[in-house]
Amino acid sequence: MVTSYNGEVLRVNLTERAIKVEPLDMDKAVKYIGGRGLGTRILLDEGCATVDPLSPENKLIYITGPMTGTAVPTGGRYMVVTKSPLTGMIACSNSGGIWGAILKYAGWDAIIVEGKADTPVYLEINDKEVTLHDASDLWGKKTLEVEAILKERHEGSSVLNIGPAGENQALLAAIMNDGDRAAGRSGVGAVMGSKNLKAIVVKASKTQIEPHDVDALRTAAVDSIKKLRANSVTGEGLATFGTAVLVNIINNIGALPTRNWQESYHPEADSYSGETMRDTSLVKNHACHRCPIGCGRVVKLEDGSVVGGPEYEPLWAYGANCGNSDLNAINKANEICNEVGLDAISTPCTIAAAMELYQRGYITDADCDGVPLVWGSTEAIKTWTEWMGTGKNELAKLMADGSYRLCEHYGVPELSMSVKKQEIPAYDARAIQGIGITYATSNRGGCHVRGYLISPEVLGLPEQLDRTTTEGKAEWAKIFQDLTAVIDAMGMCLFSSFALGAPEYAALLNAGTGTNYDVNGLLEVGDRIYNLERMFNKAAGMKPEDDRLPKRIGEEKIVNGPSEGMQSEIKLTLPQYYEARGWKEAFPTEETLKRLGLEDLVELL
Amino acid sequence: MLEVRLFATFREGREKIIMMEYQPGMTGYDIITPLGIPEEEVAIFLINGRHSKLHAELEDGSVLALFPPVGGG
Repeated sequence: MVTSYNGEVLRVNLTERAIKVEPLDMDKAVKYIGGRGLGTRILLDEGCATVDPLSPENKLIYITGPMTGTAVPTGGRYMVVTKSPLTGMIACSNSGGIWGAILKYAGWDAIIVEGKADTPVYLEINDKEVTLHDASDLWGKKTLEVEAILKERHEGSSVLNIGPAGENQALLAAIMNDGDRAAGRSGVGAVMGSKNLKAIVVKASKTQIEPHDVDALRTAAVDSIKKLRANSVTGEGLATFGTAVLVNIINNIGALPTRNWQESYHPEADSYSGETMRDTSLVKNHACHRCPIGCGRVVKLEDGSVVGGPEYEPLWAYGANCGNSDLNAINKANEICNEVGLDAISTPCTIAAAMELYQRGYITDADCDGVPLVWGSTEAIKTWTEWMGTGKNELAKLMADGSYRLCEHYGVPELSMSVKKQEIPAYDARAIQGIGITYATSNRGGCHVRGYLISPEVLGLPEQLDRTTTEGKAEWAKIFQDLTAVIDAMGMCLFSSFALGAPEYAALLNAGTGTNYDVNGLLEVGDRIYNLERMFNKAAGMKPEDDRLPKRIGEEKIVNGPSEGMQSEIKLTLPQYYEARGWKEAFPTEETLKRLGLEDLVELL
Repeated sequence: MLEVRLFATFREGREKIIMMEYQPGMTGYDIITPLGIPEEEVAIFLINGRHSKLHAELEDGSVLALFPPVGGG
């Protein structure tokens, strides 16, 4: 049967320098769809939940979804699934660009990398020809330079690589592809560095993936493209202003965390908003493979160079959260993040935590190598990002492992605004009740794209909820988490969900793979993936208390701005959420696992 | 006085911040009409940071924020 899976997986053992071709387990593929779901199942089945994340025993899975490389809009994504060295739990970092689609065109659904090379290497995939090359000459180089060298050496290819941060096994290290696209979170770049794997170059002679039902896929894809174009967010708003448009919205509701969440309103926020960016540094927008939305920013730096621009998250994190309002400095700091290969959310959040440590006297000028960590310092945000990437000094090395380890080092872990040791993104959960549930319960730690309740609670999509109340939020959190897991597993972009819903995703998936999912069946797969990830975390040693917001967010009130006086109701909503999930004390019951076809995981309870 | 903050495409051909004289009984409609903003283009209408309906009655000294449909993540 023709399906939009290739049916083949590449296994690369770096210790042995052995390359093997394996068939894709189609039963597993259908049960977990692909990408995030299938990758997690493979990782768990191969025994990686209990390994040291930076040891050769951990595996690094680059995996596409069945929509990756098809004619489906936004179907160009790949995921990196591994055990996270930052959280010690499941990592699944998702990226766009074209790399994932080319991997698929080359004939592969996934690459499983295991072991550790004794010297730096890079992997070249040219359709079914796979070669390991020496990468000694690339080691130490930054991401864009490596990409330029490899693109020249392997003409017509797409390049994925790590920068110095990944080489140093910094726990905030990202994997970069196609310039400024990033599998950014949970330290996946450190795992790649621990294996001495610098880059993966992909090239393919094919340019499309044959779906199960060509006509049905064309019909479903055309319908989805029409809906994406007609929707004012995906058809116009995101292209014009990018995600940066959120700066003013979130600030005006009083939910823009400021100075490491000590405040929640930043009066100067408009100076680094999407509107200001468009009027000053924006050159044009940019779209990933097969994406009709085009939310990416291309900006001009002060020195005239044209580079990938910041998303809402780094704008906030280098802006309000570091007490800074200089857009040019944020553009530059974001670019440094990409060049050294660091997570552009966790890195500035860790700088913000360091600035609070400096404010409170834990970090002193003696630690700062001449660049004090003062709120709002444009020099500090740029220089410390570079230093974290290159491991310039002791403090920079400590910071590159994230805010939790940094603050713990000074005896004040409560100053780290993180969940499961991963930094929480740009929305104050005391002012927006639902998002707090998804922060606390995200399987990969602090994250906004594991149930983006900002959509209904702030943007009014698909309907407007009251951000200040708790009623129904537990159920909303579950549904958003489940649908997101499906979209990720399919290899599509989460932003498509501003215009598309479960019926559209089911139609696309069925046409591509020959499955027969209805809306409930599809959401059940999402539920299964969410429970699977939770069971991976259980096996990795997660405890119920890991589903916790930091004290400042979970217990203290907002002190300024339009949401002054508001506080998180997480103590009320967390039990409601567990009930909605069929969980007890943070983990699935035996009955829930059986209902979802995960009976083989009961023994892990 | 009322402080009216405009965002995204609402800024095209208009100021970012407009101060308006307050009169008892005013609603959001009395804000968008003189600005020439069609009702259907207003996706988010905030009164002092809280999501509100255009027909809600305003109070003197309020800060209003208007957004067209936008999203991000």
